[in-house]
Amino acid sequence: MASLNMLIFVCISYVVLLFIVAFMADRLAAKGRTTWLRSPIVYTLSLSIYCTAWTFYGAVGYAARSGLEFVTIYLGPTLVMIGWWWGLRKLVRIGRSQRITSIADLVSSRYGKSNLLAICVTILAVIGVTPYIALQLQSITLSFSIFSEADPSGATYSETATVFWVAAGLAVFAVLFGTRNLDANERHHGVVTAIALEAVVKLFALLAVGVFVVWGLSGGIAETMARIDASEIGQWQMKSGRWTAITFLAAAAFICLPRMFQVMVVENDDERHLRTAAWAFPLYLLMMSLFVVPIAVVGLDLLPAGSNPDLFVLTVPLSQGRDGLAMLAFLGGFSSATSMVIVAAMALSTMVSNHIVMPIWLSYRGDGGASVSGDVRSVVLLSRRVSIAVIMGLGYSYFRLSGGGTALASIGLISFTGIAQILPALLGGIFWRGATKAGALAGLSVGFGLWVYTLLLPGLGVGLVSEAVFQQGPFGLSWLRPQALFGITGLDPLVHSVMWSMLLNAAAFTLVSLFSFPSPIERLQGAQFVNVFDHSSGPRGWSGSVAQVEDLMIMSQRILGAAEAQALFRRQVILQGGRGHLPDPTPTFLQTLERELSGSVGAATAHAMVGQIVGGSSVSVQDLMAVADESAQLLEYSSQLEAKSTELARTARQLREANEKLTQISLQKDAFLSQVSHELRTPMTSIRAFSEILRDTSGLAEDEHSRYATIILDEAMRLTRLLDDLLDLSVLESGQVTLNMREGVLMDVLDQAVSTVLAGADSPLRVKRRRVGENVVLKSDLDRLAQVFINLIANAQKYCDAERPELTISAHHIGGQLVVDLIDNGSGIPTDVQAMVFEKFARVNAEKAGGAGLGLAICREIMHRLGGDVTYLSGQSGGAFRVTMPLSLPKLAELAAQ
Amino acid sequence: MGRHVLLVEDEPNITEAIRFLLSRDGWTVNTHASGTDAVEVIRVARPDLVILDVMLPGKSGMDILRDLRDLDELNDMPVLMLTARGQMRDRDMAEKAGASRFMTKPFSNTEVLNAVRDLHAQASQS
Repeated sequence: MASLNMLIFVCISYVVLLFIVAFMADRLAAKGRTTWLRSPIVYTLSLSIYCTAWTFYGAVGYAARSGLEFVTIYLGPTLVMIGWWWGLRKLVRIGRSQRITSIADLVSSRYGKSNLLAICVTILAVIGVTPYIALQLQSITLSFSIFSEADPSGATYSETATVFWVAAGLAVFAVLFGTRNLDANERHHGVVTAIALEAVVKLFALLAVGVFVVWGLSGGIAETMARIDASEIGQWQMKSGRWTAITFLAAAAFICLPRMFQVMVVENDDERHLRTAAWAFPLYLLMMSLFVVPIAVVGLDLLPAGSNPDLFVLTVPLSQGRDGLAMLAFLGGFSSATSMVIVAAMALSTMVSNHIVMPIWLSYRGDGGASVSGDVRSVVLLSRRVSIAVIMGLGYSYFRLSGGGTALASIGLISFTGIAQILPALLGGIFWRGATKAGALAGLSVGFGLWVYTLLLPGLGVGLVSEAVFQQGPFGLSWLRPQALFGITGLDPLVHSVMWSMLLNAAAFTLVSLFSFPSPIERLQGAQFVNVFDHSSGPRGWSGSVAQVEDLMIMSQRILGAAEAQALFRRQVILQGGRGHLPDPTPTFLQTLERELSGSVGAATAHAMVGQIVGGSSVSVQDLMAVADESAQLLEYSSQLEAKSTELARTARQLREANEKLTQISLQKDAFLSQVSHELRTPMTSIRAFSEILRDTSGLAEDEHSRYATIILDEAMRLTRLLDDLLDLSVLESGQVTLNMREGVLMDVLDQAVSTVLAGADSPLRVKRRRVGENVVLKSDLDRLAQVFINLIANAQKYCDAERPELTISAHHIGGQLVVDLIDNGSGIPTDVQAMVFEKFARVNAEKAGGAGLGLAICREIMHRLGGDVTYLSGQSGGAFRVTMPLSLPKLAELAAQ
Repeated sequence: MGRHVLLVEDEPNITEAIRFLLSRDGWTVNTHASGTDAVEVIRVARPDLVILDVMLPGKSGMDILRDLRDLDELNDMPVLMLTARGQMRDRDMAEKAGASRFMTKPFSNTEVLNAVRDLHAQASQS
């Protein structure tokens, strides 16, 4: 007999083998050589996690207890695979294009990324799947116990310890291969390959036992058929209600079970694999079920009454002394259990971590928590690992609590019914655009509640629901009896529960959907889901992977620049140890590329771009929003930049203007200094020259002597005048002049000016006045005003070139201003120089008149200080200046009225 | 070779001073006070030496000098430039325009006499 130690050794060796297979597959996948890993056969075999220990061991037991009814468990998936593969294809396409990570994610995505919905589905899944995991643990333990009973050495065996270590070992395996890294697509090639191997092992084991039973024990097909006919299993007694219900449940569970969704949708590499799976998987199921009835019949025959029919697969070979075969059968059952537990734990951990732990962690961390992506990755991985451990712990606890007594199959069906509650929301979501989040929530809650009330609680044992409730209903409401809702009695409890929960679930879902309005994002997602084939590209063949890399290259060149992109790709080729210039599209490479691109265009955009090319996924609304966010940030940033650059440009312009002004002022200053220098040096030259003449020349005539002395005197006075003028101008220009404002009459000012100029003048300038207009009282600095008039009259006296020089002075009001015009009868100032007569040192006439050319400049400065102006009046016959000044006091006292 | 000087200067007192100095040194001094027709006056008068003020009404001394140097028969005429703006830039401009000597006002009488004599001597030797 096989010793327990031997069994444990085989077990551990098998697990090590699985480890190696998974590890190699992961390595291969990392290198991008996944051709055979992604074959449709591997995909089909991975689907076989549908066949858990429940089906491996339980189907025989089921057959032994209920005859052919076990077929329904296989019938449901078969019908789905054959008759509804187009629906599965739609699911797979949606999963791919929306980067769905779990069934909870799918439902939540469809209904506007509702996390509430995701949490509901996750809780439902955890509650539904935990007993199922316990079931697997139980099956392993039971099989251990069979060997332990048969162990001649009588080795100590503790059931609890076994369960604990099995659970721990499976948790470690799931952690190691399910959460090794974070893949955006949540694909785990290692795990999938390992479970494909396990699928082969379990099929082979069951077939081997079957062949042994048929040919080894019964002596051939004919004899076996005869035995079957003889047993009561052969009696065809079909309860159509249960058949329909269980077939439906199996079909629904096949779609909705988290682990099935994981391998069928999430781990799917190519939706064309479904075509192969559509015939290969039913074939697999057929082979799995082929020998169930013979084994059951032979087991019932051979083994003592009261043996657990669930373990016939093990006990029949053992009873015949076929230890090797029994060991193989044990491995088959072990495979079934472990593959289911590992994938279920992975799928559930993804859901728990993504929809419950991470949102809580992120909100706990507050804003900014997600900005450090590396941080989040490690937290996600940790939360997944902890989730796996917790889920295994739950399964273990459930096993301990339930005591492991219940028949395996019934737990399975209870789980199935719970999970099936997701179906209406799921199908409605992918086929009906009118489905809303409220509807989905309503349906799920109703279905979940009914399931718990009518099936789960009663199924868990009488302790939880009192007998009274069963008999009379809660609070004596008989129509609410858990197994006879609305007074309909006589139904099988399972059929009853399935019927009411699914019916009311679907009804609630439909009605609430009809009467609620979807949010915009729900509407968008609904369209994306329902019309997924319009929105996403078809699958790409693996031969196309080179084309993909070329596309990536083209895109990268556009974003990073040709040289950068080529260098990046070449580095990757070298890292992969390949040749040529294009690397294989391995996850590592894609990750690196995405990171590089995100530096230029933002993480969300980079992800969407790479996903678009490699995954064939359509861009989801979330992606678009992220892209829009990034664009908005970029836009804001660039508009800030733009504003800054405008500001800089303005500052630069102001600086340039200031600089031009300064340059101009500097030029003016140079010119002014140069002029001053000239004006000073000229009289100095004469003074010096004649001084030297007077000193050095002996024998000068008296008149010469006196003339030269006069010249020196004149030039010295000219210098003095110049300096006076310069000082005057400087004071005026700097604004430091103090004005002595007082009231006076214009006539008096003019009288003073005329008499000053004409006094001692030999030139015959006639001044004509119109005294009527001059009787104006004004308030001004009268001395300065007189200075202006003196200057203008003196100019006329100097420059008027008429034969009989005449100056006409007239005063009048124009627009509230007092205007005094001084017009002579000379030839005036030529038009081209009129503009510059007021500039410093500007001299129009060739002849010198002793002035420094500052007179008019001073006049203008004075008038500006007095709030008026002096301008040249063009268009007059002679030289014409106009002095304007404000009538600061409104009292225009017409003194002439006196 | 005679000792004929043409003085182009618009400041009458300076003109009188230079005329007095040079006359006593034995020069024939003609004067002209406008820039406008100075080139023509020089071309016609054909002096042995020209004393040219920079700031002249109508046309600047620099322009007159340039025009003189452009004329074949006058391009080696000794020209003494006088300016009241004693900046380096004016000196450079005068040299570029072809002035034989450059003098800043106010000058000492001896300087003028020496300059005129030197220029005349150089012109006579060549």
